[in-house]
Amino acid sequence: MKLLICPMNGPRNIDEFQSFGPVPAEPDPDRTADADWSRHLFRAENRRGIVVEWWRHVPSNYFFLAERDLVTNEVVRTFDPSERRDQS
Amino acid sequence: MPLRLLKYGLSRDYPVSGDIPATPDLKPSYDVVIVGGGGHGLSCAHHLAKYHGISRVAVIEKGYLAGGNTARNTTTIRSNYITAEGIAFYKEGVELFETLSQELDFNVMFSQRGQLTLAHTEATLRSFHARAEMGKHLGTRTEVVDQKAVEELVPTLNMDYGGSLEILGGLWHADGGTARHDAVAWGYAAQASRRGVEIHQRTEVEGFEVVGDRVRAVKTNRGRIACGQVLIATGGMNYDVALMAGVELPIRCYPLQAMVTQPLKPWLHTLVSSVSLHTYLVQSSRGEVVIGGGSDPYQLYSTRSTLDMKEHLAEGAVHLFPFLQGVRLLRQWAGITDMTPDYSPIMGASPLANLWLDCGWGTWGFKATPVAGKRMAETIAKGCMPDILKPFALERFETFQLLNEMGATAASH
Repeated sequence: MKLLICPMNGPRNIDEFQSFGPVPAEPDPDRTADADWSRHLFRAENRRGIVVEWWRHVPSNYFFLAERDLVTNEVVRTFDPSERRDQS
Repeated sequence: MPLRLLKYGLSRDYPVSGDIPATPDLKPSYDVVIVGGGGHGLSCAHHLAKYHGISRVAVIEKGYLAGGNTARNTTTIRSNYITAEGIAFYKEGVELFETLSQELDFNVMFSQRGQLTLAHTEATLRSFHARAEMGKHLGTRTEVVDQKAVEELVPTLNMDYGGSLEILGGLWHADGGTARHDAVAWGYAAQASRRGVEIHQRTEVEGFEVVGDRVRAVKTNRGRIACGQVLIATGGMNYDVALMAGVELPIRCYPLQAMVTQPLKPWLHTLVSSVSLHTYLVQSSRGEVVIGGGSDPYQLYSTRSTLDMKEHLAEGAVHLFPFLQGVRLLRQWAGITDMTPDYSPIMGASPLANLWLDCGWGTWGFKATPVAGKRMAETIAKGCMPDILKPFALERFETFQLLNEMGATAASH
């Protein structure tokens, strides 16, 4: 059984989580052409390596971020979204 | 008498036929380089050589012939999709399978036994009505059937009357079937090489020489190949290979898992799938029950299996056919699927003038092996896409004209 460490609930069975895919770049609505919206909507990060993803702990409906390797499936770390805002 | 046998063995009248020649030396240039020696690439090579007179073709394959998703899929052939564009394309695919053994002079063991998709909810049944009407309109054999008809089609099914997963009806697709996946690839490879196509196994693409809007050469681990046209048909590797040419495809890679049971006497005479249970079953000609379902729940470049998914598949299978509970699993595996946002493939032109795409086949590519090869060969030979392929072009994402087949694909393949 694979465990994922939820920043709020601690280690839980992977079954309790839902992946929402890589965090996309957020385009500026006032200055984004159609082609860039298309990119934002349809081209998710898929390169081999570590990606930052949105995950949700379903029973508690808590959304958080995870850094995960798309080749080895190793989760480098999970953290609350507020940490990301602090960095940017 | 052994001597009499020897007479035939040594006779020039009965030459030994090797199916697929050994990998030859690479030539400095080819008219067409097909990246990917799976079913799709080989089918394209066959159609180029046989119908368009283009045989200066190299199929280059990183591993061995048809060892990727061609070997890993669960061989569902059907055309009961949702969109008119999708149904028209897959219908041609099913029709090509009907005559494929003759076309290839090789038995691909096509068995058109029909596919039954089960509805456990009224909502699913409503979506089936829409699919059936669209399918009938376009000339496929697709109809909604009631509980009684489901029982007659598959008497061994657990109908779960009164239960939470009661089978309310189904979508019966008489055109559906299966074929032997390896035979399809080998048949195309043998036909193509007989007409001069070179198949280069263990030849890995390391990059593309792009000048302006054209690919000038393909760089491989065995040397550089100048090319007239290039086709990318590399299954789970499509994203990586296209990226080497500077083309970023709207693809995310997910593992897809499947498994087979020990061989049993023939008892399941149709393909059965359940949308709600995310499980489908088919009994192979060897008697093994092939069990598959939806993709893994998150992106990964791995062909590992997980206990979670195998348990899930087993649970669905045992619910539908409770007598399978004591049956043993013989093999289990996974493949990497290249999923598109709308569950439709990406075929045709790329941003580069002589680079063509046969990508985004996700979990549903095997059934299209003949038709994708045929239509991509036509595209490459004529330099433009036929009308039947135009809705599948990469540019549909820029123009927001997606072709949503998610409801007909997720667990049915």
